[in-house]
Amino acid sequence: MTPVLQVKNLQVSYYTDAGRARALDGVDITLEAGEKLGLVGESGSGKSTMALAMMRMIKPPGRIEGGQVIVDGTDLITISDNDMLKARLSKIAYIPQGAMNSLNPVIRIGAQMMDAIKAHQDQSTAEWISKAEMEKRCKQALASVDLNSTVFKMYAHELSGGMKQRVCIAISILLRPNVIIADEPTSALDVVTQRQVMETIDRVQEQIGAAVILIGHDMGLMAQFVDKVAVMYAGRLMELSTVRQMFTDPKHPYAQALIRSLPNLENKGVFNGIPGMAPALLQLPGGCAFHPRCVKAMEICTTVRPEPVTLSSGQILECHLYSEKA
Amino acid sequence: MIKLITRRLLFLVMVIWAASTIVFFIPRISTKNPVRERFAELARAGGFAPADMEKIIASYSTKFGLDKPLWQQYTDYMASIARFDLGVSYNKYPKTVIGLIMDSLPWTIVLLLVTTVLSFVIGNLLGAVAAWPRAPQWVRTIATPFILLQGVPPVLMGVLLLFFIAFKLKMAPLGGAYSTGVIPNWSSPAFVWDVVWHQILPGLALLLGTVGGWTLSMRGMGITIQGEDYVNFAEHKGLGPYTIFRDYYLRNALLPQATGLALALGSVVSSAIVIESQFGLPGLGRVLDAAIRSNDFMVIYGVVLFVTIAVATLMVVMEFVYPLLDPRIRNE
Amino acid sequence: MTSVSLAQPEIIQPSRITLFLRYLRRNKGLTIGLFILLLLVVFTVYGLATADLKHAYPISVKSKQPPSWEFPLGTDFFGRDLYVAMVVGLKETAIIGLLAGALGTLIGVVLGFISAYFGGFLDTAIKGICQILTPIPALLMQVIIAGSLDKRDVTIYTMAFVVVLLAWMGPTLVIRAQVLTMKERQFVSVAKLSGMGDLGIIFSEILPNLLPFIAAAFVNQVFYSVFASFYLAVLGLGPLREPLLGNTIWAAQGQSAFFNNWWWWPLAPAVALVLILGSLALINMGMDELANPRVRKTE
Repeated sequence: MTPVLQVKNLQVSYYTDAGRARALDGVDITLEAGEKLGLVGESGSGKSTMALAMMRMIKPPGRIEGGQVIVDGTDLITISDNDMLKARLSKIAYIPQGAMNSLNPVIRIGAQMMDAIKAHQDQSTAEWISKAEMEKRCKQALASVDLNSTVFKMYAHELSGGMKQRVCIAISILLRPNVIIADEPTSALDVVTQRQVMETIDRVQEQIGAAVILIGHDMGLMAQFVDKVAVMYAGRLMELSTVRQMFTDPKHPYAQALIRSLPNLENKGVFNGIPGMAPALLQLPGGCAFHPRCVKAMEICTTVRPEPVTLSSGQILECHLYSEKA
Repeated sequence: MIKLITRRLLFLVMVIWAASTIVFFIPRISTKNPVRERFAELARAGGFAPADMEKIIASYSTKFGLDKPLWQQYTDYMASIARFDLGVSYNKYPKTVIGLIMDSLPWTIVLLLVTTVLSFVIGNLLGAVAAWPRAPQWVRTIATPFILLQGVPPVLMGVLLLFFIAFKLKMAPLGGAYSTGVIPNWSSPAFVWDVVWHQILPGLALLLGTVGGWTLSMRGMGITIQGEDYVNFAEHKGLGPYTIFRDYYLRNALLPQATGLALALGSVVSSAIVIESQFGLPGLGRVLDAAIRSNDFMVIYGVVLFVTIAVATLMVVMEFVYPLLDPRIRNE
Repeated sequence: MTSVSLAQPEIIQPSRITLFLRYLRRNKGLTIGLFILLLLVVFTVYGLATADLKHAYPISVKSKQPPSWEFPLGTDFFGRDLYVAMVVGLKETAIIGLLAGALGTLIGVVLGFISAYFGGFLDTAIKGICQILTPIPALLMQVIIAGSLDKRDVTIYTMAFVVVLLAWMGPTLVIRAQVLTMKERQFVSVAKLSGMGDLGIIFSEILPNLLPFIAAAFVNQVFYSVFASFYLAVLGLGPLREPLLGNTIWAAQGQSAFFNNWWWWPLAPAVALVLILGSLALINMGMDELANPRVRKTE
């Protein structure tokens, strides 16, 4: 079964007045249909850049410098601009972070959903649907996110934060994409609404069988929702494991430190941070990006960047500790 | 709703009150009685002294109550304003100020309306495109000269256009509302065209002088709107650049610009007035210009008050139009 | 446990000057505007230092001369050397522009700030006054005021004053809006929570963030002041003896300069004015970028 998403060696850099910042430095990810991947990391680790790169929405001064993003057989990096427009929403969809302001304030919700469908209309004449049919689809999408069809005629400011987020989810499933990227969809919401939104995403994902990439830094949320977890640091993928493996037996020192830093009910009041700071992307440390803060750093870590290695458990790592064991 | 209307009306009243008060106190700056001074000057220059000169001086004195105590002068003045009585022009006695204004108004209104609308549309479109990174480069470079046009205020533009196009190149009439010697006949298309032909150059002067302002402000607005999340999300949805430009970008950027429209009209009026006198058009400008030259205070104050009231009213009207355009304010 | 090295690698930042110059290269509008302005300043300063300033006034040199080596910009009907007249005129326009501009901006900052920061009745009052005065056609009012003044009282300083009278509302409302948004933002609340007094917050937190807007308001005010003083002068309401740009054009029109083929007479002030206002407009446009970092394009 071919994976529905294959990211190979993705590289993105930003060219600022102060120099070149490598936001993504060779990232590989593979997803099957229906799989859910959590993408975690500190601020600046490259997770949002990853999402933008996959949607091919990196703007100057940023540039995609290499790699492939293959969705359902098509490499999104190489197709024409026009084809990319069509691919967005139909092959790969995006749920934004702050839905507060993601909806156009001056046109109705329905119109915003319809224009998304209309924009993809002439893909193949066989797919031509009438306006009435389009409207039906929109209302169906609204229903699947638990919103009343009256929302169709409403304006964005008349909806609550959670409702707006669900509208965004509804829009993302309108064309039944293969991959859905949810970029911290619950950050701006209260816990109750968070749960609602995550359940909604879960449900619609099952309905259309899409693969989901959930970006965030709330490990608790990840634990409840995703199948696999990928940990990013300084634009590189440090570890990719299943959820269970990540929480019980993380292999990469950074991942270990992350899990260790999670507040523990048994060990109340004890906080284990990770000393040091994430490196400036303008000047990455030589070798492994994490070595200045790594407790298990070895000589080789300062000079040679580790190649990705797959362990027998299925976990993929970029760490010299395991290069020999492979 | 009623509360809203009353608040707006109160605003209107306050503006009129403020303008009339300012206009009332300005002549107090100089200590002489302007009417008497003027007549003295005229008498010195060529013995021009209308028979009812004293009557005029008296009416002026009554209006501005130069003989009464200050507070009473003020209340009388305010009362006459409320009656829409702006007094009489002493230069063109017995023509009333209101009469003069009404006669010349149509010419000014047409010129102003057409140029303001055109300026708004062209300027905003240009500014929107100039700020749009995905617009073709040549369009964006055109916008810069337009912004530079701001450097040529309409008054200067009028002078330049008159000289270069009308005088040197003889491509347009030198002024006047219609060709000399022609008898006005509004039912004749030839006459109407003649009038239009004479409006082109002054209209162009106003247009070119104001379009730069819109371009600049819209460009700034456009830059802000571009950064909004909903424009970004529109792109995520895979919408085409033209759709995003029209429905997500332009529609949102134009809204705040629309509020500036009434205000812009107010400031354009001042320039229009000078342009009218430059081109010899029989509009409000000519009236005001003549009044300034002859120190016809009543007319000056009357025109300024009139313009103020018109602009303020327009602003109030716009406030009611705005909710129709922006759904966010509709239910307030 | 092995010790963890925490030293951060040195990031070699280019010097501030280099960053500034690179920025100028990208923001062409701002650069050109500043350049033109610089040219004007050099012209004026050089002229002030080298020319005989008396020639800017009537009956100093031969009249009605077209541009020549002796009189680079020609002379006018009244016997002024137009080159010197331009120099003095530019200086005086600069004085009016800067004076009125600075005054207007200052009033705007102070009032706008008080209004937004302290709120309540003060806010309603100031905002109300601004809104009520706005529809009054400022230029026309200035015409009346200038016209009522005794001709001998009109100087460039009174002109600046007249211009400011109805120009301060704009900056006030703009600054007020900005301070209002800042008040809401977290960094002010944080400062308050950490015990900073009002004055401290004002100077260390709010003012630095206001600077781009204050700068933009200042450029705008200078633009408007030059515009308004030109407008008044063109109508013959300026200090008539002074070679202000508008005055020169007014005098030229009064003598039908174009029709008498003395084309150089109104041309010099026209060009000068276009250069001033044009460069200010460009600077304004360029400053849009500064206030709105999203605009910056690097590649």
